[in-house]
Amino acid sequence: MLVTGVARQLGGRFVRRIQRDPQVDRVVGVDAVPPEHHLGGADFIQADIRQPTIARVLAETAADTVVHLDVTGTALGSGSRATVKETNVIGTMQLLGACQKSPTVRRLVVKSSTNVYGSASRDPAVFTETTSPKSLPSGGFAKDTVEVEGYVRGFARRRPDVAVCVLRFANILGPNADTPLAAYFSLPVLPTVFGYDPRLQFVHEDDVIDVLRIAAHEPARSTLNSGTFNIAGDGVLLLAQCSRRLGRPTVPLLLPAVTWTGSLVRTLGMTDFSPEQIRLLTHGRVVSTDQMRETLGFQPKYTTAETFADFARSRGPGLLPPEALAGAIDRIAALSLRGSGHPQTQSAD
Amino acid sequence: MADAKVIPFDDDRSRGSAAARSTRRRSAASRRSGEPAAVREVQPLPGRFPEQDEVPVTGEDQPPQPDHGLEQRVASGLAFLRRRLTGDYEVDDFGYDEELTDQVLMSVLRPVYENYFRVDVKGIENVPAEGGALIVANHSGTLPLDGLMMQVAVHDHHPAGRHLRLLAADLVFVLPVVNELARKLGHTLACAEDAERLLAAGELVGVMPEGFKGIGKPFSERYKLQRFGRGGFVSTALRKGVPIIPCSIVGAEEIYPMIGNAKTVARLLGFPYFPLTPTFPWLGPLGAIPLPTKWTIQFGEPIPTDGYPPEAADDPMLMFNLTDQVREQIQHTLYKLLVQRRSVFF
Repeated sequence: MLVTGVARQLGGRFVRRIQRDPQVDRVVGVDAVPPEHHLGGADFIQADIRQPTIARVLAETAADTVVHLDVTGTALGSGSRATVKETNVIGTMQLLGACQKSPTVRRLVVKSSTNVYGSASRDPAVFTETTSPKSLPSGGFAKDTVEVEGYVRGFARRRPDVAVCVLRFANILGPNADTPLAAYFSLPVLPTVFGYDPRLQFVHEDDVIDVLRIAAHEPARSTLNSGTFNIAGDGVLLLAQCSRRLGRPTVPLLLPAVTWTGSLVRTLGMTDFSPEQIRLLTHGRVVSTDQMRETLGFQPKYTTAETFADFARSRGPGLLPPEALAGAIDRIAALSLRGSGHPQTQSAD
Repeated sequence: MADAKVIPFDDDRSRGSAAARSTRRRSAASRRSGEPAAVREVQPLPGRFPEQDEVPVTGEDQPPQPDHGLEQRVASGLAFLRRRLTGDYEVDDFGYDEELTDQVLMSVLRPVYENYFRVDVKGIENVPAEGGALIVANHSGTLPLDGLMMQVAVHDHHPAGRHLRLLAADLVFVLPVVNELARKLGHTLACAEDAERLLAAGELVGVMPEGFKGIGKPFSERYKLQRFGRGGFVSTALRKGVPIIPCSIVGAEEIYPMIGNAKTVARLLGFPYFPLTPTFPWLGPLGAIPLPTKWTIQFGEPIPTDGYPPEAADDPMLMFNLTDQVREQIQHTLYKLLVQRRSVFF
């Protein structure tokens, strides 16, 4: 089994976990930089998937399963947005080219994102795998995923003997998540778009590992693990709920101001807070997970709310911890109860 | 029915009291229409408990119960505040916030519904107590107040306390604040995907197929139904096999008599029309106050759609026929209600 993007937390965890599965003989991790975490005894080959060397690696290892996790929104360490885009798009092209030449590859798993649906006011409330987006993502990570999925579809056409599984993950959160949204929720004060309360969906890191394992192995009875699947926890959280549960106050800004600030911050190179992110935080996005349950046979352990609670625990309290607010209200309640304990002479009606 | 003795406080927390509340409201509505005003004050539930010797005129002679009610009200209010501030509430996939709708947004709309437009509801028994159904109504009044009033009508008058999920135009979801409130009230975008998903979940869905053509028509064309879109609502109902309930709303046409349309302004603002009424925009914000017309909302006989084969949804002829049937039924009921109406304002 060949796994790309192992220098990241998610790739590292997946490699460590998958080795313990009995069906797996050997796991080879590939990334452009050596990982800081251990890989649990898996082999590591330092290779840049943007270079044709990946074809040689694939031929030498004779892998039968390729798990492509190197499709990410943020740079590892001090990479620029251009590097990330190149790894996402050119890296996928090179990897797919290598897979197409390899006679041993039987299964391909690609990490994608629900970003492919974009976010617009004219979209239906819930996206299914077949919904076509009303406004295609114009740039950033979202556009990368659209292009990556395009190449993967082309590959699936050319190699019908390879089982191809594309997993569209909702926003991944968890104690170790290093996604742009996790960075956003770590801000002391959350800037929001005035007059919009987007619906958000999260998927827990542990569920990501589990669903990747399901996709990387032979399908269980009466399930099918090739195709495109939305992966998200049950339920929906509004951004207002998220901020209150985190205890971080929000600053509503007008939409033009948010766009302008976003581009300013981006220019200064502080974060990669793309227009896609702003659009997500304006209109929100909810996907249907019926296919994931019925066809793929995967039941996430964490709901959206539980995922967020786990994430919130790992981040520590914000400026307005919900426990403190709840305590204050309880004190008022106790006071008012004591106050109204006296017999009243005149009733309110 | 112990709490029927006292004029109940607005104790919204439990389902049971909500049901009791709607009973009270219904009886209040029937009382208003049927009895003279003098009787109304002293007999909250006429004829229900003839054996009761104490007449609950005021709460003076029974202080513990109102006191208890106040206490409960404060406690439930604080519990509500606590849940809101800590984010400990639930919304569904469409962003519908049932708690906020029931406790806050409905309480805001209810005075408008009960005291301003004094809505009369007829035929609520035609709305099924459970399962999906599609309510199709006429659309008028420049601003979509008729949809909101229909939502209150179903919520307050239906014995099962059903919630109406309205399908709204895309403009609603572009506007800040408006889109947030619409989502929290359970509205969603008028598209086949959302409608089918709601109907499949057994929800009551409300749609106004005339769209902007209906709501933005000039005053001279009042109560003349416009084209019913492309009949998409019929194929959605056919696909899900849910009944179509025609609904006629009288009174909404006159709230903002639209005598002109400033098309240039509308284009500049990106709106489908910009209404000119006798008062708006000449009197500024004061001109935006709707006229206090008397409304009637009549739910008609359901038109079943489950008798058709599954491929019927793709049969354009059947779709046009059903669309026309629904349209005719609404138009006829409108005329009937207009004949019965004594005046626009009473």
